[in-house]
Amino acid sequence: MSKILLLQGNQAVVEGAIAAGVKFFGGYPITPSTEIAESLAERLPLVGGKFIQMEDEIASMGAIIGASLTGKKVMTATSGPGFSLKQELIGYACAAEIPLVIVNVQRVGPSTGQPTSPSQGDIMQARWGTHGDHWLIAITPASVPECFELTLRAYALSEKYRVPVILLMDEVIGHMREKIELPDNYDEIPQAERKQPDCAPADFKAYAADESLVPPMPPFGNGYRWHVTGLVHDETGFPKGAGSATKAAADRQYHKLYDHLDDIVQVENYCMEDAEYAIVAFGGAARTAYEAVDMARKEGIKAGLLRPITIWPFAENEIQKLAGKVKGILVHELNRGQYVYEVERAAAGKVPVYSYAKYDNEPATPAQLLAEFKKAMAL
Amino acid sequence: MSMEQLIDKYFRPGRLPHIWCPGCGNGIVTGAIVKAIDKLALEKDSVAVISGIGCSSRASGYLDFNTVHSAHGRALPVATGVKLADPSLNVVVVTGDGDATAIGGNHLIHAARRNIDMTVVLYNNSIYGMTGGQYSPMTPYGSKATTAPYATIEHDFDIAELAKAAGATFVARATTFHTQLLVDLIAKGIQHKGFSIIEAVSACPISFGRQNKLGGPADMMKWQRDHAVMLPAWNKLTEEQRSGKFPIGLLYEVTDRKEYTEAYDELIARAQGGNK
Repeated sequence: MSKILLLQGNQAVVEGAIAAGVKFFGGYPITPSTEIAESLAERLPLVGGKFIQMEDEIASMGAIIGASLTGKKVMTATSGPGFSLKQELIGYACAAEIPLVIVNVQRVGPSTGQPTSPSQGDIMQARWGTHGDHWLIAITPASVPECFELTLRAYALSEKYRVPVILLMDEVIGHMREKIELPDNYDEIPQAERKQPDCAPADFKAYAADESLVPPMPPFGNGYRWHVTGLVHDETGFPKGAGSATKAAADRQYHKLYDHLDDIVQVENYCMEDAEYAIVAFGGAARTAYEAVDMARKEGIKAGLLRPITIWPFAENEIQKLAGKVKGILVHELNRGQYVYEVERAAAGKVPVYSYAKYDNEPATPAQLLAEFKKAMAL
Repeated sequence: MSMEQLIDKYFRPGRLPHIWCPGCGNGIVTGAIVKAIDKLALEKDSVAVISGIGCSSRASGYLDFNTVHSAHGRALPVATGVKLADPSLNVVVVTGDGDATAIGGNHLIHAARRNIDMTVVLYNNSIYGMTGGQYSPMTPYGSKATTAPYATIEHDFDIAELAKAAGATFVARATTFHTQLLVDLIAKGIQHKGFSIIEAVSACPISFGRQNKLGGPADMMKWQRDHAVMLPAWNKLTEEQRSGKFPIGLLYEVTDRKEYTEAYDELIARAQGGNK
């Protein structure tokens, strides 16, 4: 049985978290993500979970790292300024390979910016915010139902690949209310599981991986007394100064994700089958794009939308294929141009790539986007 | 149990020798932690040792427990997550004066305020040792440091008073000279249900002692002997007599304040019972 509700995107994330089996949330209030913390403060104790409002953004990130080490599924939620503060520990979680989910409901920046206005200005921060070489996953919902689905997917990916997953929302999606159909009972939703060691504790090497390149991760307290560190470590988990260990760790952490792009990278194609011109847009900006494509089609223009659902790793193959298929690509994003450079790089000059960057506190209207699209494609 | 036996039992094979300089007090403090754990006969699987960054924080890697060498200043938030998510674990936080009171100072007062059950062993060597001798918030006023070539003009924290004011329910201090006291206080701190902090006054002859002409390791331990005063004796001293000295022992303990994870379990029961 299911129920039909009218929910905000942020509330759908909460439902997704409960359904995914999240048992720990560490947070700090920040607009426009606060509803997630407020709602989980109420919901988690009802399922035996723990919510804690930490003293700052950094601490909330530290708390979920600690809680994840006990085997729990964990979440934190923030927005741009808080996301910046969390970055050192996001890098730590990449290096130590700690499964966790960070929700970033983006707002206008930099600095305090415009807290209640929509933006997609953290595209590059999500990928490169922390220092050093690192690899992680960022996924972006474009509807309230998708907030629920992608929250589940965030845990599936995070646990499978032992990697931080960023649920990269924007204020449009976080605060928009839409119809969503949810199961009455979450008990039948498959729960992501963390791989466990099959050797005896005495033989356990914390970062020794099989061909999946993902090491098993036992919870603290069950007999495998392992060491967690942000220092470069070898397969024993202990620091090693050797350059070969640094290279081996980096290579494995890269390949554990980038050898599985088919599993990780998702895009939606809308009206793309016979499309001659494409819009690339994601999250809140994609909502404008669906409508703009429909309007273009009514005018007889063969327009289509490619909507990246996975933002990082970048949809390299999909964009390359797109560049081989259409006559032009317009990237529409709510910032002054970030994702467009990735698209341009992947298109590699095969077709012109244009940018419709919107960064004035308001999402574009479909008519504005259509006008920019026609202008760019000289239609 | 002899120290050799303790090392066999509680230190990870192949991880020694440690990185600490000759004469460093960190080994004494780390030894005191395992002696305290041994005294309490805690199962190794039930102990989580969580550290930050710095000389003292390297201790976690040597110890055969569930261990985390976290980021600079962040041992307490990570420890809070571990403890709240699994209250059955005995959580010991290993940190230094810079790690705990400068970059991690905010976390220290808030962990104390929550009265979450964990034991912080603060290795106070008066200096940033790992980076080569810069002043910390616990470097004594007027000391030299590589970043205070004209001597520091910043006043130092009394971390025991700070922790007490912030809500810690067990506050103690010992030195690497008073090792039996240190072991006893750490053991009592672990047994204490709530936030406990033990300041372990330690010597850093290389990065602090040399630039302040404090002599060698033995001289610095003699200084501890001559300047630390057991609390009952301290209480009898006049302000004038206390000058330049500091009290050691169990400085403060209260047991009537509810521990955080217990309070959380009650909250869960309340929520599930339908009461807000």
